[in-house]
Amino acid sequence: MSAAHDDHHHGPAKGLSRWLFTTNHKDIGTLYLWFSFAMFLLGGSFAMVIRAELFQPGLQLVEPNFFNQMTTMHGLIMVFGAVMPAFVGLANWMIPMMIGAPDMALPRMNNWSFWILPFAFAMLSSTLLMDAGAPNFGWTFYAPLSTTYAPETVTFFIFAVHIMGASSIMGAINIIATVLNMRAPGMTLMKMPLFVWTWLITAYLLIAVMPVLAGVVTMMLFDIHFGTSFFNAAGGGDPVLFQHVFWFFGHPEVYIMILPAFGVISAIIPTFARKRLFGYDSMVYATASIAFLSFIVWAHHMFTVGMPIAGELFFMYATMLIAVPTGVKVFNWVATMFRGSMTFETPMLFAIAFVVLFTMGGFTGLMLAITPADFQYHDTYFVVAHFHYVLVPGAVFSIMAATYYWLPKWTGHMYDERLGKLHFWLSFIGVNILFFPQHFLGLAGMPRRIPDYALQFADFNWISSIGGFLFGASQLILLVVVIKCIKGGKKATAQVWDGAKGLEWTVASPAPYHTFTTPPNPDLIEAP
Amino acid sequence: MLPKAKLWLALTVAALTMLSTNLQAAWDLNMPQGVTQISRDTYDLHMQILWWCVAIGVVVFSVMIWSIVNHRKSKGAVPATFHESTKVEIVWTIIPFIILILMAVPATRVLTHAYDASESDLDIQITGYQWRWEYRYLRQNADEDEVSFFSNLSTSRDEINNTMPKQENYLLDVDNPLVIPINKKVRFLVTSNDVIHAWWVPDFAVKKDAIPGFINETWTIVEEPGVYRGQCAELCGIDHGFMPIVVHALPQDEYDAWYAGRQEQARAARAQANNVVTRDQAMATGEAIYNRTCVACHQAGGVGLAPAFPALAGSSVVNGDLTANIELVLHGVPGTAMASYARMLSPVELSGIVTYIRNSFGNSTGDLVQPADVNALLEAQ
Repeated sequence: MSAAHDDHHHGPAKGLSRWLFTTNHKDIGTLYLWFSFAMFLLGGSFAMVIRAELFQPGLQLVEPNFFNQMTTMHGLIMVFGAVMPAFVGLANWMIPMMIGAPDMALPRMNNWSFWILPFAFAMLSSTLLMDAGAPNFGWTFYAPLSTTYAPETVTFFIFAVHIMGASSIMGAINIIATVLNMRAPGMTLMKMPLFVWTWLITAYLLIAVMPVLAGVVTMMLFDIHFGTSFFNAAGGGDPVLFQHVFWFFGHPEVYIMILPAFGVISAIIPTFARKRLFGYDSMVYATASIAFLSFIVWAHHMFTVGMPIAGELFFMYATMLIAVPTGVKVFNWVATMFRGSMTFETPMLFAIAFVVLFTMGGFTGLMLAITPADFQYHDTYFVVAHFHYVLVPGAVFSIMAATYYWLPKWTGHMYDERLGKLHFWLSFIGVNILFFPQHFLGLAGMPRRIPDYALQFADFNWISSIGGFLFGASQLILLVVVIKCIKGGKKATAQVWDGAKGLEWTVASPAPYHTFTTPPNPDLIEAP
Repeated sequence: MLPKAKLWLALTVAALTMLSTNLQAAWDLNMPQGVTQISRDTYDLHMQILWWCVAIGVVVFSVMIWSIVNHRKSKGAVPATFHESTKVEIVWTIIPFIILILMAVPATRVLTHAYDASESDLDIQITGYQWRWEYRYLRQNADEDEVSFFSNLSTSRDEINNTMPKQENYLLDVDNPLVIPINKKVRFLVTSNDVIHAWWVPDFAVKKDAIPGFINETWTIVEEPGVYRGQCAELCGIDHGFMPIVVHALPQDEYDAWYAGRQEQARAARAQANNVVTRDQAMATGEAIYNRTCVACHQAGGVGLAPAFPALAGSSVVNGDLTANIELVLHGVPGTAMASYARMLSPVELSGIVTYIRNSFGNSTGDLVQPADVNALLEAQ
């Protein structure tokens, strides 16, 4: 046995089986990232349909029913198909390399948690081709519009959500197991990079709330097919219960999409400022506080459902409190930049844009927390502008920053900086033309999720649409940059960025198929 | 029509649309101050929190921009080595906290006021339907004639489909506006008949969800006479974008006159309920109702929108038993979007709509339904 033992490292298998059967964290990370990008383009094309229809008053391109399908599918695909898998992909690629582990703790489950996703989204997207049409009740799928009054395809939607939830829970378990058990000697918790910290906390959020989402869609399934009346008032049920359960999932979900982004930005800004992250400990505590608060603010999405005043006040105060730890994070990033020695490569540009534009989304979030003012903002384009500011130049920009930042480590080549900067500037200008006017539309009284609008909203709508087309088209540049970078380019060093710190920069570029099969020297591990 | 002429017509309509769009374009940037105490207080809160955000933004982004300009490697900046300061971190935790308390105090005051719906002068029940509102004025005593009516979008489908220039209040006009007196506390009891809607008039700062099985209350005291417009604010299906709200606020005497007129109309409608109508009258009534009420689902030409919304053209129900057809319209189809129209339409309108669908879209049953036929079925229950 010992003579036959083959102890050299296996490279990847050849052909399709490499990707189907892989248990390698880097391969699975790559799969997640490509899948996420494909979903980003699909969800983006739905957004283009929405903005094209809203270019002018009147119905030009699509029927209201199809318009509702587009808003619903855009939201579902972007949240569950683009943003969440992108962060899981980054986690897969980077967490083992950041903590000096050879792979994820549960590699076979890792394969499974990715490979069920394409089936979930194929099932969800296939409803577009069915007679009944895709789900048309909004990504928040409020009952009874999504139960008694839903198209028949709602059942496909329910099972797709179940599968996505299972995938997320498995991914989260894997990350927790990896971070808690597989850290290299010397990598204490308070030396972990913030990306690892934010993901550890995010993983706990996922485990806490994805079962709640599974629960609420299962209750829908029973209402639709098995004669129960959880959400049907005529049968003694409660439509508001749906919203409480949904948002008990939905609000932590918002932080699931932004906490890993905080981790990415906390890695990039120190690198390009060539200065240690300011207030590492307070960053960790702020992340944990935000995660805790995310569980006690859900009903701020429901200020107009008619809660008692005590409930309204509690949720207003709790929501306002979130501004404190979020503020700490922003101040820390700015303090990191202050008196640094900055350069402005593409990842840094995206990171700086993140800090500014995410903060603007945070400001409107604070405004929305003020309950009486929320009565005016609620369900208008002001809300649309708010959450797109935190999700697009927030979460999505952080994913792009991360892609540019680690792409040389993944491919072994430097990306085309000129194209990267072009992508950044077009995206930055496009996203602001797209979403900034929507604040005005909301304040002037335009409700969200309408296919046609009154004439006073015409001007800001066409401006917003132009921004949308610009932003949408610009994303193809990212595809070009990534493909070019995979095919070739200037060789990247192991260090890649001269200010970069952390274990991932101690391995060669491209990162070998297996890294840290023996733990790194504990002396190399320092607090970020 | 010649293809060329058709093209010109289309271009003219398009140009007129653009022109009217530009004429009425408003570059509204901010929330309306509105016409109630609550709406002005809300506006003040909104401005206050906005200015706090602007102030914080100016400070934070100034430091950031200053660093970006000065602390760059290309200018030879050497990175400092500090990376924490407990003092600074405590300061920037405490200061935001104090600002939040300063905001929470007035917000709590306004909210407490907005939630006090007691001692109203007039109560109106608002019920959301897919896709219209019903307003019912609660009576002071039971032998009064009840005033209750539906409020539908009155913008024509031709404007929506761009075959006619859009009018000034495109998508914001209704056939029967809600009418309320000024300077009186009007309490709204908001509920829904089907899915969740939300009743919103920005000038009153009133937005309340209409939820089946719940009755939410809210209120307003409008200080200036005028016409105030709003829209449904909760996604409620296909025509969510097409169920506006229009409120006429009138001085008390004009309101009283209007209210008396409505009561008179209710009496007249009762009296008319057994009138005999001609085929032409029934068809005309039916066509108007169809285009207002049925067209969203059953579509122009009665072709339907498969599979949820069946076609009426060639339908076995519409071409089948007359009584079954009337009853379906009266009671709806449970579990589908087909609502019960027994209360939503008058017997005259109901007789018209059934007559119309049975003799249009290629259906030719030849039936003429009389209001009395509908009444007989309604009373048989």
